[in-house]
Amino acid sequence: MSGKTQTAFHQSPLFRAIVGIVLFLILWQLLTAVLQLPRFKLLPNPISVAKELFSFHPISGRSIFTAGYYVDIAYSVARVMAAFSMATVLGVLLGLIMGWSRIFYEFTFPLVEIFRPMPPISWIPLAVLILPGIEVPVVYVTFIAAFFATVLNTLLGVLSIDKNYFLAARCLGSKPFDIFRNVVVPGALPFIFTGLQIGMGIAWLSLVAGEIIAGQMGLGYSIYEGYSLFQYDQVVYYMFTLGVLGYISSAGIRAVGRRLMAWEARRRGANE
Amino acid sequence: MSDPTKTPGAISIRHVDKVYDPEGVHVEAMRDCTFDISAGEFAIVVGPSGCGKTTLLNAIAGFDTITGGEIYLDGELISSTRHQIKPNVDRMVVFQNGALFPWKTVIENITYGPLVQGKMNKAEAYARAREMLDLVCLNGMENKYPEELSSGVQRRVEILRALINQPRVVMLDEPFRGLDAVAKTVMHEFLMQLFCATRRTMFFITHDLDEAIFLGHKVVILTTRPAMVKKVVTVELPWPREHKVMNSKDYLDLKGEVLEAVHEEARKAFEAGEREMA
Repeated sequence: MSGKTQTAFHQSPLFRAIVGIVLFLILWQLLTAVLQLPRFKLLPNPISVAKELFSFHPISGRSIFTAGYYVDIAYSVARVMAAFSMATVLGVLLGLIMGWSRIFYEFTFPLVEIFRPMPPISWIPLAVLILPGIEVPVVYVTFIAAFFATVLNTLLGVLSIDKNYFLAARCLGSKPFDIFRNVVVPGALPFIFTGLQIGMGIAWLSLVAGEIIAGQMGLGYSIYEGYSLFQYDQVVYYMFTLGVLGYISSAGIRAVGRRLMAWEARRRGANE
Repeated sequence: MSDPTKTPGAISIRHVDKVYDPEGVHVEAMRDCTFDISAGEFAIVVGPSGCGKTTLLNAIAGFDTITGGEIYLDGELISSTRHQIKPNVDRMVVFQNGALFPWKTVIENITYGPLVQGKMNKAEAYARAREMLDLVCLNGMENKYPEELSSGVQRRVEILRALINQPRVVMLDEPFRGLDAVAKTVMHEFLMQLFCATRRTMFFITHDLDEAIFLGHKVVILTTRPAMVKKVVTVELPWPREHKVMNSKDYLDLKGEVLEAVHEEARKAFEAGEREMA
């Protein structure tokens, strides 16, 4: 069936998304405030969370009407963006070179495979020890796992390219750099973007861990502060803030990917 | 040395051997393979599956080395055990499974060769590509991506991408495999039309004997592995050919001759396979 025929609103994806969210909120309210089941009654209920979030005089000192909330967001977003940009530039570069040069691959692959599974949090002690200030260690911890995810996916992308494209490019008179630009980079792009999506997810995850342990300011830091000060409403809406920011950043990567890979999108369209 | 006044594209294959992994498994793919293809000739190579046809193509194209003998292009040595000229635009390959760049549009694919070599500027290359697309009635396809096209159209575009470079020889490795019989007849007419217009030497690998006799000036039948020349059948049917020629007595006689030679080799390959299994 084509999506162009008129769909009634109650069958549209948007409507279903809204219903899903509303049902979740009702269930949440039911479990915490109405039924007050054991364990669940310790959780803040959605209404109290919303009250705090939209309050002009929040108990926790943070709501959408206070500057503090936006300062936390700004700190976290800036850290993620710094770490993610570095991970993308360096990771794509390293992955492309590893896929491009057999010798370089043989020198580096074992190292990458040992460093890659190290949990980002395990880097915190060394990062704090070696790196200056507070910002650099947190950004480093956010960067490191995203970097390896990008390296690995870029490498897989290069290795996945059909060998015939290389042969065809040579026949057609390409010099090595022409092949790099016209075969290696575009051929690896779909995998690179998968890597960036994964990398972005890992970056947010590591960021919060880093901020909780070593940071000052930022969403992760304030979640832990809220916990220490019994501000559970704030903890919950900060978690949702992280969810929304993660969602926006993934959607952003997808949108860029679609622009760069018109051929991929059209292929999917043609195969539908 | 090649004479510039003559049409280029003569290939001479002299006593070529190819052994894969001589120290280890030692697979002999070609043994003392010798034959010639004249400039501007449409040569067809047939033989049992896995007999070494693609090995020979790779050797001529410069993708792979040989372990004995020599290959010449217009009198110039292009491959021997000591010497190998890298792949270049003189020897253009159209691949078995197609190798159009999926991330480039039809016109970007076709113009890739002349642009990357710096032989034409973008305007010239695009104009030339459009002319070629018009010639084979594919105008209107230029901004599509390969995966949006049928496999028959993809093959035609890939052949244009090769021909725009004016190679001395075009090598096609079972280019129409997987197309249905109806699509194939159209592709044959297309290829014949282009061949008449460009007169490039063709080195065409196939399993389809009708295709072989219908298109070829000459059919080279290779033996089962290791590949040697079993028989060369010259096809003296008038050119250009139409499909109804397939019903003529001359055609059927030729087909009988080729079929017999191929069948003998297929039988040997089959028995060798049985032995390997036993």
